[in-house]
Amino acid sequence: MDKKMNIKNWPRHTIQALWALLTNSHISGFVTGKIYTGKLKNACVPGLNCYSCPGAAGACPIGSLQAVVGSWNFKFAYYVIGFLIFVGAILGRLVCGFLCPFGLIQDLLNKIPFPKKIRTFKWDKVLRKLKYVIFLVFVILLPLFLTDIMGQGAPYFCKLICPAGTLEGGLPLVLLNKAMRGAIGWLYIWKNTILIVTIILSIIIYRPFCKYICPLGAFYSIFNKVSIYRYSVDMDKCIRCGKCAKACQMEVNPVENPNSPECIRCGRCKQACPVHAIASGCKR
Amino acid sequence: MKKLVDSKWSGIALAAAGILMMIYGISRGEMAVVFTKAVNICMECIGIG
Repeated sequence: MDKKMNIKNWPRHTIQALWALLTNSHISGFVTGKIYTGKLKNACVPGLNCYSCPGAAGACPIGSLQAVVGSWNFKFAYYVIGFLIFVGAILGRLVCGFLCPFGLIQDLLNKIPFPKKIRTFKWDKVLRKLKYVIFLVFVILLPLFLTDIMGQGAPYFCKLICPAGTLEGGLPLVLLNKAMRGAIGWLYIWKNTILIVTIILSIIIYRPFCKYICPLGAFYSIFNKVSIYRYSVDMDKCIRCGKCAKACQMEVNPVENPNSPECIRCGRCKQACPVHAIASGCKR
Repeated sequence: MKKLVDSKWSGIALAAAGILMMIYGISRGEMAVVFTKAVNICMECIGIG
Protein backbone atom coordinates (compact mmCIF):
# COMPACT_ATOMS: atom_id res chain seq x y z
CA MET A 1 0.00 0.00 0.00
CA ASP A 2 1.16 3.52 -0.76
CA LYS A 3 2.63 4.95 2.46
CA LYS A 4 0.57 8.13 2.14
CA MET A 5 -2.67 6.14 1.92
CA ASN A 6 -2.19 4.82 5.48
CA ILE A 7 -4.21 7.01 7.88
CA LYS A 8 -1.30 6.86 10.37
CA ASN A 9 0.73 9.00 7.98
CA TRP A 10 -1.90 11.70 7.50
CA PRO A 11 -1.09 15.05 9.09
CA ARG A 12 -3.08 15.36 12.33
CA HIS A 13 -4.75 18.61 11.31
CA THR A 14 -6.14 16.91 8.19
CA ILE A 15 -7.82 14.27 10.31
CA GLN A 16 -9.07 16.92 12.75
CA ALA A 17 -10.48 19.04 9.91
CA LEU A 18 -12.15 16.08 8.20
CA TRP A 19 -13.71 15.00 11.49
CA ALA A 20 -14.91 18.54 12.24
CA LEU A 21 -16.44 18.68 8.76
CA LEU A 22 -18.09 15.29 9.19
CA THR A 23 -19.65 16.17 12.55
CA ASN A 24 -20.71 19.57 11.22
CA SER A 25 -21.93 18.40 7.82
CA HIS A 26 -25.28 20.21 7.92
CA ILE A 27 -23.76 22.92 5.77
CA SER A 28 -27.11 24.45 4.74
CA GLY A 29 -27.61 25.46 8.39
CA PHE A 30 -24.89 28.08 7.99
CA VAL A 31 -26.98 29.70 5.24
CA THR A 32 -30.49 29.32 6.67
CA GLY A 33 -29.58 29.88 10.34
CA LYS A 34 -31.50 26.73 11.30
CA ILE A 35 -30.02 23.75 13.12
CA TYR A 36 -30.22 20.12 11.99
CA THR A 37 -33.19 18.28 13.48
CA GLY A 38 -32.69 14.77 12.06
CA LYS A 39 -32.31 11.44 13.83
CA LEU A 40 -28.51 11.62 14.02
CA LYS A 41 -28.99 14.07 16.88
CA ASN A 42 -29.94 11.09 19.04
CA ALA A 43 -26.25 10.21 19.08
CA CYS A 44 -23.43 12.00 20.87
CA VAL A 45 -20.21 12.95 19.14
CA PRO A 46 -16.97 12.21 21.05
CA GLY A 47 -15.59 15.77 21.00
CA LEU A 48 -16.84 19.12 22.30
CA ASN A 49 -19.19 20.24 19.52
CA CYS A 50 -22.17 22.44 20.40
CA TYR A 51 -25.45 20.92 19.19
CA SER A 52 -26.74 24.41 18.55
CA CYS A 53 -24.07 24.92 15.90
CA PRO A 54 -25.99 25.32 12.62
CA GLY A 55 -23.80 22.61 11.08
CA ALA A 56 -23.85 20.10 13.97
CA ALA A 57 -24.99 16.64 12.93
CA GLY A 58 -24.77 15.10 16.41
CA ALA A 59 -25.22 15.96 20.08
CA CYS A 60 -22.52 17.44 22.32
CA PRO A 61 -21.79 14.92 25.10
CA ILE A 62 -21.29 17.58 27.78
CA GLY A 63 -24.50 19.40 26.83
CA SER A 64 -26.36 16.07 26.70
CA LEU A 65 -25.02 15.04 30.08
CA GLN A 66 -26.30 18.24 31.67
CA ALA A 67 -29.64 17.89 29.88
CA VAL A 68 -30.24 14.38 31.26
CA VAL A 69 -28.89 15.05 34.75
CA GLY A 70 -30.90 18.27 34.88
CA SER A 71 -34.14 16.75 33.58
CA TRP A 72 -36.98 16.24 36.05
CA ASN A 73 -37.30 12.50 35.45
CA PHE A 74 -33.67 11.30 35.27
CA LYS A 75 -30.97 12.01 37.80
CA PHE A 76 -28.23 9.82 36.33
CA ALA A 77 -27.23 9.80 32.68
CA TYR A 78 -26.46 6.16 31.90
CA TYR A 79 -26.59 6.73 28.15
CA VAL A 80 -24.18 9.67 28.00
CA ILE A 81 -21.86 8.50 30.81
CA GLY A 82 -21.82 5.03 29.21
CA PHE A 83 -20.91 6.60 25.88
CA LEU A 84 -18.09 8.61 27.46
CA ILE A 85 -16.77 5.53 29.30
CA PHE A 86 -16.91 3.51 26.07
CA VAL A 87 -15.00 6.14 24.07
CA GLY A 88 -12.58 6.85 26.93
CA ALA A 89 -11.85 3.14 27.49
CA ILE A 90 -10.92 2.71 23.84
CA LEU A 91 -9.18 5.99 22.96
CA GLY A 92 -8.58 8.02 26.13
CA ARG A 93 -7.64 11.59 25.28
CA LEU A 94 -6.88 10.71 21.67
CA VAL A 95 -10.30 12.32 21.18
CA CYS A 96 -8.83 15.67 22.32
CA GLY A 97 -5.94 15.39 19.90
CA PHE A 98 -7.86 14.23 16.85
CA LEU A 99 -11.64 14.35 17.21
CA CYS A 100 -12.47 17.67 18.87
CA PRO A 101 -13.33 20.67 16.65
CA PHE A 102 -12.62 23.14 19.46
CA GLY A 103 -9.22 21.51 19.94
CA LEU A 104 -8.49 22.07 16.25
CA ILE A 105 -9.48 25.74 16.57
CA GLN A 106 -7.07 26.17 19.49
CA ASP A 107 -4.32 24.33 17.59
CA LEU A 108 -4.70 26.74 14.67
CA LEU A 109 -4.85 29.81 16.92
CA ASN A 110 -1.59 28.76 18.57
CA LYS A 111 0.10 28.85 15.16
CA ILE A 112 -0.37 32.63 15.07
CA PRO A 113 3.04 34.19 15.83
CA PHE A 114 3.38 35.94 19.19
CA PRO A 115 6.56 37.50 20.65
CA LYS A 116 6.51 35.50 23.88
CA LYS A 117 4.68 32.19 23.84
CA ILE A 118 4.20 30.75 27.34
CA ARG A 119 4.95 27.04 27.80
CA THR A 120 4.39 26.86 31.53
CA PHE A 121 4.03 29.17 34.51
CA LYS A 122 3.93 29.07 38.30
CA TRP A 123 0.29 27.96 38.75
CA ASP A 124 0.18 25.71 35.69
CA LYS A 125 0.06 22.40 37.55
CA VAL A 126 -2.53 23.59 40.07
CA LEU A 127 -4.75 25.08 37.36
CA ARG A 128 -4.77 21.74 35.51
CA LYS A 129 -6.97 20.42 38.34
CA LEU A 130 -9.56 23.13 37.66
CA LYS A 131 -11.15 21.17 34.80
CA TYR A 132 -12.09 18.37 37.23
CA VAL A 133 -13.75 20.89 39.56
CA ILE A 134 -15.62 22.39 36.60
CA PHE A 135 -16.82 18.93 35.55
CA LEU A 136 -18.06 18.12 39.03
CA VAL A 137 -19.62 21.49 39.86
CA PHE A 138 -20.94 22.91 36.57
CA VAL A 139 -21.72 19.70 34.65
CA ILE A 140 -23.02 17.48 37.46
CA LEU A 141 -23.82 19.18 40.78
CA LEU A 142 -25.40 22.46 39.65
CA PRO A 143 -27.72 20.94 37.01
CA LEU A 144 -28.61 18.21 39.51
CA PHE A 145 -29.35 20.35 42.55
CA LEU A 146 -29.90 23.96 41.43
CA THR A 147 -33.29 23.33 39.86
CA ASP A 148 -36.47 25.29 39.14
CA ILE A 149 -39.91 24.48 40.59
CA MET A 150 -40.35 21.79 37.91
CA GLY A 151 -37.20 20.07 39.18
CA GLN A 152 -35.21 20.95 36.05
CA GLY A 153 -31.65 22.21 36.16
CA ALA A 154 -30.04 24.44 33.53
CA PRO A 155 -26.91 23.39 31.62
CA TYR A 156 -24.69 25.59 33.77
CA PHE A 157 -21.41 24.80 32.03
CA CYS A 158 -22.90 25.65 28.62
CA LYS A 159 -24.69 28.67 30.00
CA LEU A 160 -21.90 30.28 31.98
CA ILE A 161 -18.60 28.99 30.59
CA CYS A 162 -18.47 27.10 27.29
CA PRO A 163 -16.74 29.24 24.64
CA ALA A 164 -17.28 26.49 22.04
CA GLY A 165 -21.03 27.07 22.24
CA THR A 166 -20.53 30.80 21.73
CA LEU A 167 -18.23 30.32 18.77
CA GLU A 168 -20.02 27.43 17.06
CA GLY A 169 -23.61 28.28 17.98
CA GLY A 170 -23.96 31.77 19.44
CA LEU A 171 -22.11 33.80 16.83
CA PRO A 172 -23.50 32.18 13.63
CA LEU A 173 -27.09 31.96 14.93
CA VAL A 174 -27.13 35.55 16.14
CA LEU A 175 -25.62 36.73 12.86
CA LEU A 176 -28.20 34.79 10.85
CA ASN A 177 -31.33 35.51 12.92
CA LYS A 178 -32.68 39.02 13.40
CA ALA A 179 -34.96 37.97 16.27
CA MET A 180 -32.00 36.61 18.21
CA ARG A 181 -30.04 39.78 17.73
CA GLY A 182 -32.85 41.58 19.56
CA ALA A 183 -32.60 39.17 22.49
CA ILE A 184 -28.92 39.77 23.25
CA GLY A 185 -28.27 40.57 26.91
CA TRP A 186 -25.60 40.44 29.60
CA LEU A 187 -25.17 36.66 29.23
CA TYR A 188 -24.24 36.98 25.57
CA ILE A 189 -21.71 39.68 26.42
CA TRP A 190 -20.28 37.55 29.25
CA LYS A 191 -19.96 34.49 27.01
CA ASN A 192 -18.35 36.48 24.23
CA THR A 193 -15.88 37.92 26.73
CA ILE A 194 -14.92 34.35 27.72
CA LEU A 195 -14.56 33.47 24.05
CA ILE A 196 -12.30 36.47 23.35
CA VAL A 197 -10.13 35.66 26.40
CA THR A 198 -9.91 32.02 25.24
CA ILE A 199 -8.89 33.09 21.74
CA ILE A 200 -6.20 35.47 23.00
CA LEU A 201 -4.87 32.91 25.49
CA SER A 202 -4.85 30.23 22.79
CA ILE A 203 -2.44 32.33 20.76
CA ILE A 204 -0.08 32.66 23.73
CA ILE A 205 -0.53 29.29 25.49
CA TYR A 206 -1.08 25.95 23.75
CA ARG A 207 -4.70 24.77 24.24
CA PRO A 208 -5.51 26.67 27.46
CA PHE A 209 -9.15 25.55 27.37
CA CYS A 210 -8.15 21.87 27.13
CA LYS A 211 -5.52 22.22 29.85
CA TYR A 212 -7.53 24.09 32.45
CA ILE A 213 -11.25 24.22 31.68
CA CYS A 214 -12.59 21.41 29.48
CA PRO A 215 -14.81 18.99 31.47
CA LEU A 216 -14.80 16.53 28.56
CA GLY A 217 -11.00 16.38 28.56
CA ALA A 218 -11.14 15.95 32.33
CA PHE A 219 -13.42 12.92 31.98
CA TYR A 220 -11.38 11.30 29.20
CA SER A 221 -8.12 11.95 31.07
CA ILE A 222 -9.16 9.45 33.75
CA PHE A 223 -9.03 6.73 31.08
CA ASN A 224 -5.60 7.49 29.59
CA LYS A 225 -3.92 4.93 31.83
CA VAL A 226 -6.37 2.11 31.15
CA SER A 227 -7.51 2.77 27.58
CA ILE A 228 -7.02 0.10 24.94
CA TYR A 229 -5.17 2.57 22.70
CA ARG A 230 -2.10 3.83 24.53
CA TYR A 231 1.49 4.98 24.36
CA SER A 232 4.55 3.02 25.42
CA VAL A 233 8.26 3.78 25.66
CA ASP A 234 10.89 1.16 24.91
CA MET A 235 13.39 1.93 27.67
CA ASP A 236 16.05 -0.21 25.97
CA LYS A 237 15.94 2.07 22.94
CA CYS A 238 15.48 5.37 24.84
CA ILE A 239 18.65 7.47 25.03
CA ARG A 240 17.08 9.99 27.47
CA CYS A 241 17.79 12.95 25.23
CA GLY A 242 14.66 14.78 26.43
CA LYS A 243 13.54 15.69 22.91
CA CYS A 244 10.10 14.13 23.44
CA ALA A 245 9.40 16.20 26.57
CA LYS A 246 10.62 19.33 24.79
CA ALA A 247 8.34 18.65 21.83
CA CYS A 248 5.25 18.10 23.99
CA GLN A 249 3.04 21.17 24.05
CA MET A 250 0.91 19.74 26.87
CA GLU A 251 4.08 19.69 29.02
CA VAL A 252 4.13 15.93 29.50
CA ASN A 253 7.33 13.92 29.82
CA PRO A 254 6.52 10.71 27.90
CA VAL A 255 9.54 8.86 29.33
CA GLU A 256 8.30 9.39 32.89
CA ASN A 257 4.61 8.95 32.14
CA PRO A 258 3.68 7.92 28.58
CA ASN A 259 -0.04 7.78 29.46
CA SER A 260 -0.26 10.92 31.56
CA PRO A 261 -3.81 12.28 32.07
CA GLU A 262 -2.60 15.44 30.33
CA CYS A 263 -1.46 13.66 27.16
CA ILE A 264 -3.78 14.33 24.20
CA ARG A 265 -1.97 11.71 22.09
CA CYS A 266 -1.11 14.13 19.32
CA GLY A 267 2.01 12.15 18.41
CA ARG A 268 4.53 15.01 18.52
CA CYS A 269 6.73 13.06 20.95
CA LYS A 270 6.83 10.08 18.59
CA GLN A 271 7.92 12.33 15.74
CA ALA A 272 10.56 14.00 17.91
CA CYS A 273 12.14 10.77 19.14
CA PRO A 274 15.41 10.21 17.23
CA VAL A 275 15.53 6.49 18.07
CA HIS A 276 11.82 5.65 17.61
CA ALA A 277 11.48 4.50 21.22
CA ILE A 278 7.91 5.78 21.58
CA ALA A 279 5.12 3.69 20.15
CA SER A 280 1.34 3.88 20.21
CA GLY A 281 -1.35 1.35 19.53
CA CYS A 282 -3.63 -1.19 21.13
CA LYS A 283 -2.09 -2.88 24.16
CA ARG A 284 -1.50 -6.60 24.05
CA MET B 1 -3.14 -3.17 40.87
CA LYS B 2 -0.60 -1.91 38.32
CA LYS B 3 -0.87 -5.23 36.50
CA LEU B 4 -4.63 -4.83 36.30
CA VAL B 5 -4.35 -1.27 34.97
CA ASP B 6 -1.73 -2.29 32.40
CA SER B 7 -3.74 -5.27 31.20
CA LYS B 8 -5.73 -4.85 28.00
CA TRP B 9 -8.68 -6.43 29.81
CA SER B 10 -9.19 -3.34 31.98
CA GLY B 11 -9.91 -1.27 28.87
CA ILE B 12 -12.07 -3.98 27.35
CA ALA B 13 -14.05 -4.41 30.58
CA LEU B 14 -14.63 -0.65 30.82
CA ALA B 15 -15.70 -0.44 27.17
CA ALA B 16 -18.14 -3.30 27.76
CA ALA B 17 -19.47 -1.58 30.89
CA GLY B 18 -19.94 1.57 28.81
CA ILE B 19 -21.97 -0.34 26.22
CA LEU B 20 -24.16 -1.88 28.92
CA MET B 21 -24.75 1.53 30.48
CA MET B 22 -25.67 2.98 27.09
CA ILE B 23 -28.16 0.16 26.48
CA TYR B 24 -29.73 0.66 29.91
CA GLY B 25 -29.89 4.43 29.43
CA ILE B 26 -31.52 4.06 26.01
CA SER B 27 -34.00 1.50 27.37
CA ARG B 28 -35.25 3.93 30.01
CA GLY B 29 -35.69 6.74 27.51
CA GLU B 30 -32.65 8.97 28.09
CA MET B 31 -31.95 9.23 24.38
CA ALA B 32 -35.24 11.10 23.91
CA VAL B 33 -34.04 13.77 26.37
CA VAL B 34 -30.77 14.13 24.45
CA PHE B 35 -32.64 14.30 21.13
CA THR B 36 -35.14 16.90 22.33
CA LYS B 37 -32.33 19.07 23.69
CA ALA B 38 -30.21 18.67 20.56
CA VAL B 39 -32.88 19.48 17.95
CA ASN B 40 -33.98 22.68 19.66
CA ILE B 41 -31.69 25.69 19.80
CA CYS B 42 -30.21 25.71 23.30
CA MET B 43 -30.63 29.36 24.22
CA GLU B 44 -28.43 29.05 27.30
CA CYS B 45 -25.64 27.41 25.30
CA ILE B 46 -25.49 30.25 22.79
CA GLY B 47 -25.74 32.90 25.49
CA ILE B 48 -29.28 34.17 24.87
CA GLY B 49 -31.44 32.39 27.45
